[in-house]
Amino acid sequence: MARGRSRLRLPDGTGPAVLGLVPLGFLAVFFLWPVAAIIQRGLGSDGLVRVLGSPDTWSVVLFTVGQAAASTVVAVIAAMPVAFLLARCALPGIAVVRAAILVPFVLPTVVVGLAFRSLMPDGGVLSIVLANAFFNVAVVARTVAGLWSHLDRRAENAARALGASPLRAFTSVTLPALRPAIGSAAAIVFLFCATSFGVVLLLGGARYRTLETEIYLRTVDLLDLSGAAALSLIQITAVVAVLVLAALARRRRETAMALRARTETTRRPRGGEWWVAATAYAVVAALMVPIVALVVRSVSTSDGWGLDGYRALSGTGFRGSLQISGLDAAVNSLRAATDATLLALLLGVSASVVLVSLGRSRAHPGFVDTLDTALMLPLGVSAVTVGFGYLITLDALPGDLRTSAALVPLAQAIVVTPLVIRMILPVLRSVDPRLRQAAGSLGASPWRVWREVDIPLAGRSLIAAAAFGFVVALGEFGATSFLARPDSATLPIVIGRLISRPGELNNQMAYAACTMLMVVTVAVVLLVERLRVRSVGEF
Amino acid sequence: MRRLFTLTAVALSVAMTASCSLFGSDAGDGKVVLVTHDSFEYDQAVFDKFKADTGITVEVRKSGDAGALTNQLVLTKASPLGDVAFGVDNTFASRALDEGVFVEYRSPEADKGPQRYAIDDTARLTAIDFGDVCVNVDPAALAAANVPVPASLEDLADPKYKDLLVVEDPATSSPGLAFLLATVSQYGQKDFQNYWARLKANGVKVVSGWEEAYTQEFSGSSGKGKRPLVVSYASSPSAELDDKGKPRTAALLDTCFKQVEYAGVLNGAKNTEGARKVLDLLLSVDFQSKVPEKMYVYPTREGVELPAAWAATPPAANASTLPAPDITANRERWIEQWRAAVRG
Amino acid sequence: MLKVDGLDVAYGRILAVSEVDLEIADGEVVALLGPSGCGKSTLLRAIAGLERPTTGTISWNGTDLAGIPIHRRGFGLVFQDGQLFPHRDVAGNVSFGLRMPATQQPPPTLGGGPVASLSAEGAGNEGRRGGLWITGRGGESLGIAARVDEMLELVGLSGYGGRRVTELSGGEQQRVALARALAPHPRLLLLDEPLSALDRALREQLAIDLARLLRESGSTALVVTHDHDEAFTLADRVAVMRAGRIVQVGKPDEVWRRPVDEATARFLGCDLFLDAHADNGVLNCEFGSAPVPWAPDGPVTAGLRPAALRVGDGPTEVTVTARVHRRDHVRLVVDTGGRRVDAVAGIADAPEVGARVRLVLAPDGVAVLSRRG
Repeated sequence: MARGRSRLRLPDGTGPAVLGLVPLGFLAVFFLWPVAAIIQRGLGSDGLVRVLGSPDTWSVVLFTVGQAAASTVVAVIAAMPVAFLLARCALPGIAVVRAAILVPFVLPTVVVGLAFRSLMPDGGVLSIVLANAFFNVAVVARTVAGLWSHLDRRAENAARALGASPLRAFTSVTLPALRPAIGSAAAIVFLFCATSFGVVLLLGGARYRTLETEIYLRTVDLLDLSGAAALSLIQITAVVAVLVLAALARRRRETAMALRARTETTRRPRGGEWWVAATAYAVVAALMVPIVALVVRSVSTSDGWGLDGYRALSGTGFRGSLQISGLDAAVNSLRAATDATLLALLLGVSASVVLVSLGRSRAHPGFVDTLDTALMLPLGVSAVTVGFGYLITLDALPGDLRTSAALVPLAQAIVVTPLVIRMILPVLRSVDPRLRQAAGSLGASPWRVWREVDIPLAGRSLIAAAAFGFVVALGEFGATSFLARPDSATLPIVIGRLISRPGELNNQMAYAACTMLMVVTVAVVLLVERLRVRSVGEF
Repeated sequence: MRRLFTLTAVALSVAMTASCSLFGSDAGDGKVVLVTHDSFEYDQAVFDKFKADTGITVEVRKSGDAGALTNQLVLTKASPLGDVAFGVDNTFASRALDEGVFVEYRSPEADKGPQRYAIDDTARLTAIDFGDVCVNVDPAALAAANVPVPASLEDLADPKYKDLLVVEDPATSSPGLAFLLATVSQYGQKDFQNYWARLKANGVKVVSGWEEAYTQEFSGSSGKGKRPLVVSYASSPSAELDDKGKPRTAALLDTCFKQVEYAGVLNGAKNTEGARKVLDLLLSVDFQSKVPEKMYVYPTREGVELPAAWAATPPAANASTLPAPDITANRERWIEQWRAAVRG
Repeated sequence: MLKVDGLDVAYGRILAVSEVDLEIADGEVVALLGPSGCGKSTLLRAIAGLERPTTGTISWNGTDLAGIPIHRRGFGLVFQDGQLFPHRDVAGNVSFGLRMPATQQPPPTLGGGPVASLSAEGAGNEGRRGGLWITGRGGESLGIAARVDEMLELVGLSGYGGRRVTELSGGEQQRVALARALAPHPRLLLLDEPLSALDRALREQLAIDLARLLRESGSTALVVTHDHDEAFTLADRVAVMRAGRIVQVGKPDEVWRRPVDEATARFLGCDLFLDAHADNGVLNCEFGSAPVPWAPDGPVTAGLRPAALRVGDGPTEVTVTARVHRRDHVRLVVDTGGRRVDAVAGIADAPEVGARVRLVLAPDGVAVLSRRG
């Protein structure tokens, strides 16, 4: 029993524990405090009772959960063949597929919503589900592929040798091994879908309302803070429930795992695998349909085809609809997303280091799990709640950040950090503690062990997280539209601006800007992922 | 890997310095923060000239639409976001006034036209621009279908125009709300529901936002949709020009609702003196003459020259209005009633 | 010199290591032998600095190591399954410790190559006695490369520097792990079941190589193992551990011949215990007598391993009930009239099941214990 207490002094974890104050402090100031303040302000009156007592509320909750669950199921089913393609198949062009499936993430929801609307004019709930799934296939595909590509093929081969059909080998051997990754990705997708805003508002209007759109409308249009606060509490409760379930699902995954080199596990598909690969390509093709529709619109003019929209990108739109040119906006986007990604990496890696250190020091597991869950919360809280929370809290800080452009990357980082943690943590947790002990015995200090062992081992995931986080930051719309100054507008903001203006040129320019955003996304992702091959050994 | 690590470390430190540099606040007498909505656009040259004349730098802070702006101002009244606010419209003005967000300031420029749109006589809010939300029409598409151009709200319920109109949901869209208010104004609180029931029977399509209605459903825009009638702004036709520079679409001036946008000096402003000067600037000929081009709305100041294309689309002489306090008091109920009539 | 004094290590309420005293002299190889779960790995981890003792001290040349973290102890560590850094090649693994800052590390003990190492031993010991060293390693990158080559040559893997560690066999991985641990001249080498993950033939070969290598490099080492063959092959002295305590320490043949108690004897392979009497180095028991010089005069308990009873021309006649062919002998189970015991026979003259044979007592398989009670 002396052990439990004495280990809290963390013989090799003191540094990381101090490091942990950074992300926790950041999260407390830029997330917990604003959210708590805005909810507290709303709770004063009878809002909670009124909202909880209204059957309308519960139908909104039901629809929120229902559409998110359906979207998650669709996204998982669509993503599995793609994950197989990315993880197991040695075919040309895989890198492009890996990058291309991220494109939906950066597209402003209003544009995607319009695309789905024109593709499915009377889509209703189905179009909401498909649009949400469209955004999130990449999350599942890339997360699952990340684990799958490291799974030893020999377990499957053993099952096959025991007489299992390929399908049986998959369901009895591979699927259980992948289940934690699927569960973890599904939880994130569920959160994204449950809090998806733009698409639901556009495709669902006032008929299909979710907690997120309801919170937005109550806050922004009606200033019904007590109603919004009550709904926010319901949302947070639901989010915590999902996170706890996800944590349970993850627990099994993040045990030490014998990782294999990806090169050892890929090969050309054989036999029935071609069907799976073909399905994967079909899914990717389906993902490309709305994207191609956007590109087509960007070159359509009233008299045929033209590149007017692209030429206009260097200007400020029809009769100066914009404060800055499209190209300036692209530069702003890259700059803000880079800041946000680096900040999120810093926060996410240090938070992961703390979680892992606490886990290794055998601190109370309940505490570690709670911390882990708390760090995920930003994914499940409405951007407008956070944004309005900023308004009533951040003036207490020196320099009144409320009016500062620095808030844009900060707010983006809040959204990206949980994703970084989710991608880094499993890998760090799977590093065998004896590997670290071996490094320690060779004279490496705890910091040096992190630098020389853990971080390089997590290098692949770190880079994947950087690419993914960058893309998410690049496409972030909700918080950014709330916080960006006119001269620091990002591409999604500019697109939203252009599309809400009459005039053919504005419209073409909006779609041309979408295309540019997509091209930038694919280029950045390809570039970042190429870094991986050059500088990190495959293992 | 090592190289990558170094690279990351360098990048991180650069990013942190960059971020830190953004934290610095350059507060001073020479700065006025103008809080506004995200549709606010301006000519930088006007602001540059203003700085040269007065030494005041105007820092523009945009956030959200008119509704979000108003509610942010209310939330932050104890510690205002800036010195002067622009963009509270007549559908939200009462709430801001009731909450004491603005302080009185009677600009010397305010009697050169803006006074016509004053909400009350306290001069806490000064009208800067107005725009009419009207049904827009695509005459070519109607001609192709052998249907005359409608003139009034009543016409829209005529079976001749079955399945031709697309409107925005007033719960989620500001022009949608304005159009609802136009119908409330014209048909009265008792009968507007009945009118909407007739529109519904006549196949009105409701979408959630202007973008979808105008750029996707409307036949007169680049989206080449199927419906030749859409709720948009009186100024929209001036952006839909044919080869000869003539508008291809038109606004139905008897279907309009007048949206007036106001500015005011914020209660608790750090730089009240500067804020007043900025308000004067917003009313100046320099700024007012750019309003049509930049924001597709009409200046409130009289005698300001309009762009040539606007000559064809003069402001609606008899656009509907409703008293601002009525709007604030009833909007939620009217939206509910609208929903009952249209959604059934 | 390592000195462990009155050491307890507890996991919660369970005492994994209890009242352990142990000394390892410079240049000495000590094996910590015991069944799994006896606490031997915990003891090794405590010495390495990976577990915090509840009570007691661990000291090096009189300096208490309590506040010194693992990376300042200058102790090399080799695990059962190598634990090579998968993101580095073989040379990258071996050079790892050489690139670390050289605080409180001993100076080089192994100046020349492995051939010269025997003579270097004395000098190395000289250096180690100086206590905690605070010196630069003085190794530039050229020095590191040379040292890596030297180490790879020592473990018989010359030219493997550029290989990925995932491409190596299990035995090669262990050799690299050893080279990696030895490269920065550890004051003490801690080997935790270094050979148990390997298959048997490889294990035996590598045990011999390892014994040679430890001696040639003049290493001071503590080897944790559950395999007595391995312990006896590697160690100068063996410490037998059971239930958290060290029950016996001695030279391998001492422990082998005179286990301290029956449980230790059982662990060392004895499965038959007989009352016996020794006179002038001759042991007498029911299976006859044999010269057993390590038996003290008087009544003793004889612990017999299967090899202590051989088919031959002895006084006892038994019936063979089972036989199993082993690599260099045949293992028999025989019935001595109500009691079944193990015995061995040569491959050439192994009897069939059911045959009546005579047994002779062979001194090699006999352990002598003090008489019970």
